Amino acid sequence: MEPIAPDRMKRIAWRCRRGMLENDLVLSRFLARRGSALTEDEIGMLDALLDLPDNELWDIIAGRQEPANAAVAPLVAQLRNP
Amino acid sequence: MSLEGRSVAAAASLPMRRFDAVIVGAGGAGMRASLQLAEAGLSVAVLSKVFPTRSHTVAAQGGIGASLGNMSEDHWLWHMYDTVKGSDWLGDQDAIEYMCRQAPRVVYELEHFGMPFDRNADGTIYQRPFGGHSANFGDKPVQRACAAADRTGHAMLHTLYQRNVRARTQFFVEWMALDLVRNADGEVLGVVAYEMETGDVWILQSKVTVLATGGAGRIFAASTNAFINTGDGLGMVARAGIPLEDMEFWQFHPTGVAGAGVLITEGVRGEGGILLNANGERFMERYAPNLKDLASRDVVSRSMDQEIKEGRGVGEHKDHLLLKLDHLGPEVIMKRLPSIREIAIKFANVDPIREPIPVVPTIHYQMGGIPTNIHGQVVVPRDGHHNTPVPGLYAVGECACVSVHGANRLGTNSLLDLLVFGHSAGGHIVAQNYPAQAHRDLPRDAGDAPRARLARLDAATSGESVPEIANTLRKVMQSHCGVFRNQELLAEGVSKVMAIAEQVAHTAIKDKSKVFNTARVEALELDNLIETAKATVVSAEARHESRGAQARSDYPERNDADWLKHTLWYRDGNRLDYKPVNLKPISVDSFPPKARTY
Repeated sequence: MEPIAPDRMKRIAWRCRRGMLENDLVLSRFLARRGSALTEDEIGMLDALLDLPDNELWDIIAGRQEPANAAVAPLVAQLRNP
Repeated sequence: MSLEGRSVAAAASLPMRRFDAVIVGAGGAGMRASLQLAEAGLSVAVLSKVFPTRSHTVAAQGGIGASLGNMSEDHWLWHMYDTVKGSDWLGDQDAIEYMCRQAPRVVYELEHFGMPFDRNADGTIYQRPFGGHSANFGDKPVQRACAAADRTGHAMLHTLYQRNVRARTQFFVEWMALDLVRNADGEVLGVVAYEMETGDVWILQSKVTVLATGGAGRIFAASTNAFINTGDGLGMVARAGIPLEDMEFWQFHPTGVAGAGVLITEGVRGEGGILLNANGERFMERYAPNLKDLASRDVVSRSMDQEIKEGRGVGEHKDHLLLKLDHLGPEVIMKRLPSIREIAIKFANVDPIREPIPVVPTIHYQMGGIPTNIHGQVVVPRDGHHNTPVPGLYAVGECACVSVHGANRLGTNSLLDLLVFGHSAGGHIVAQNYPAQAHRDLPRDAGDAPRARLARLDAATSGESVPEIANTLRKVMQSHCGVFRNQELLAEGVSKVMAIAEQVAHTAIKDKSKVFNTARVEALELDNLIETAKATVVSAEARHESRGAQARSDYPERNDADWLKHTLWYRDGNRLDYKPVNLKPISVDSFPPKARTY
């Protein structure tokens, strides 16, 4: 498996800074737990999720809404069940 | 964009871009102001640490207060009365009159921009009830809050962002402003800014600079604020020698999840949730026999703090209380409070169907900030005048202190503040006809101070850890400058915060890389957190009275004879000054101070 480019990971880490504390907390905990072990596929899914508006992202994490892009479901499952 | 210019030696060694206007912050206030400037044909740069629609305005749910009178009779003067009273008479009545009179106009403007407000059957904007909103000077409740479901802030940001893109506002996303550029005459000529993607430092030269950086709630351990709310604009003005106003006033929300800060809405207590101490006692019955758990935010927060201080807190450190819901039954919880259950499970690791939620009074909103007038101009005392504008500098939104919120903000006035003063600052700037004026020469030392900060961080091989110092600062602020304050606690708090300020000057980061170096950004944010914390604790220690959100157990009463005045804190010398509250509205009679009872 190719190692994840450090700059890409650092950009994603910054993009986990959000407008809502709920998302900040879930994403920072997730990165602390899994950040260094994420696969290329997972990074792609996380990147796609981070493009969502904060309210939608939180609704997805809280299980009130399913992501429109079904491809990110495996990562959503990880965010939902830390 | 060309690096045109005839800037002089030192300044020219930094890459530079020029605009008519630079706006720092892309939340509701910054984007309302930038929209007006861009539509008037100014070249506008808006800097934001995060993508604009992910600014903290997104978290605002309640609504926008405006006396549209769509539900029943309402009047801007009643809104004004509620705001003055809410402020515990520390708000400036000219600014409050201006805001309340402008409110319907800015709401209709936003509607015109495409904001998806909730509507009545007849097509008018639906208005919700909200705490503190009254008709006929406190006579009876009135529905005044205009909302877009529970997504008002989100809808506002998206609406304003779309309009700004259309108006060709230039967004600098993932950029952080570090310091103001001022010349010897005190004119503000732009900002020094840090581009996160490259680690490069730029000068963004401008004819006018608007700070719209939001609140600094991250100075407290228990805060509902997002991580980005580090008071960057406050740090910038403090370092530029400009004072900060009324920083002792911070609004607490009674029920944030202990250890996380996430808000549990008042609606939970409305549905029948009750607060318990370590003995399982429903203590609010003692403090507010009538309203009990539904008493106003400040009353519940103070009662909770009292329970903790007297040793009846819950948990290993006896540092929180419990919000019990299980008696409502699973059906009610699942049906009416599903999002609260989700928050409790996620952030407190408890299912409220079976167990109570650990909660603690939590910082929510900063009433003080950068002193401005109703045009958004930053004002300072000078030559015997209390409010002399700083040339070329404006501030709007939560980072500013106009002052419309005084010692305590009325619900739904935060989004209103963003719109009204974003709009008025925009209008005032447009009227100056900046495009017809030339850029002023930059001083030779432009950019030196922030570059020296960065150079120190890059050179330091050992030193204090930024996250550890930031956490220590938050804990000290929480325990020494929390809900209930007294001289001993505050004096100790001042010494501790000043000692932490020494450590802040000696931090080190291990990661010296250029691209998206979050460690470096956090170190730069810490420089702003510490100035905000110093301003807060020093101002709070000096104010020997209780007013609005400042509750002192040693001075339990409001003292208008000595303290009906605004605090001004200066970084240089860590000194305080004061200026009078403006009790004179623009066109109506003053609301003279009286007891604040609900």
